[in-house]
Amino acid sequence: MSNSTRCAACKSLRRRCPQDCTLAPYFPSTNPQRFACVHKIFGASNITKMLQQLPVHQRAVAADCISFEASSRVRDPVYGCVGIITQLHQLILVAQRELAEIQGQVALYGAQQGQEQKRMAQSQVHQYNGPIWFTTSQQDPPHLD
Amino acid sequence: MGGNSPCASCKLLRRRCAKDCIFAPYFPSDDPHKFAIVHKVFGASNVSKMLQELPIHQRADAVSSLVYEANARVRDPVYGCVGAISYLQNQVSQLQMQLAVAQAEILCIQMQQEPALPTHQIDSDDKSLLLHSNLNNLPQYLNFASTSNVIQDPLKRESLWT
Repeated sequence: MSNSTRCAACKSLRRRCPQDCTLAPYFPSTNPQRFACVHKIFGASNITKMLQQLPVHQRAVAADCISFEASSRVRDPVYGCVGIITQLHQLILVAQRELAEIQGQVALYGAQQGQEQKRMAQSQVHQYNGPIWFTTSQQDPPHLD
Repeated sequence: MGGNSPCASCKLLRRRCAKDCIFAPYFPSDDPHKFAIVHKVFGASNVSKMLQELPIHQRADAVSSLVYEANARVRDPVYGCVGAISYLQNQVSQLQMQLAVAQAEILCIQMQQEPALPTHQIDSDDKSLLLHSNLNNLPQYLNFASTSNVIQDPLKRESLWT
């Protein structure tokens, strides 16, 4: 890469950007902030080492994740992305509690409905006896089997 | 830490451990691995700068979170902590769906029981069940394409704070 197309890393470090620059594919000159964050938190040589230890096809993902961690740490210098993990854990706990509550309500409604249906079915059986007995010409009520 | 034994950082960095050593309170000499891993991922001078920029009462928590992140990155050199975030976000989405289904179920049951009631007469308490979940308006922490392939194996739910 010529001087005029140095990657963000080499620009920031004020050095020549070689053609095989490890960082160039992941820290383009169009996004200097991305490298600035990562450099502030991890340091250029650490990032280079981390990426060099990975196979090429995994470096883009790793660079994205490292970038995310660095920007989280810049945004929250005490907890970084561990703060996000803690928040998500808490959200999950709250949601599980809510879900259990609602599912309990559904079960309760279901049980109430079941009881109501049973009661209605039983009252229909009693009513059935009355009309037949009064409308037939027989003197005795019908036998119930 | 003066004439006493140097802290883990100064031992590793092979230097004199000053009385006001910034690392000494958080990296005792009996746990050399803790500093080693933070130094490997972040570098001693970066950690020192980060701690110096924080008020003293926040430094212990900052060190704990740095240790956690460093461990995550060593265990998973590609995704680090982001793997856990992605897994947890998926869990939250699933719970959101389950909640929506359960809420719809309750609505159906209530409408079956009182079919004559127009919908606007649904009790306000029941409305509070509807989508007033804490999961609404959840921020999307991860929105880069590469996280679509994040492995599902989460970090263990170990205690974050020692």
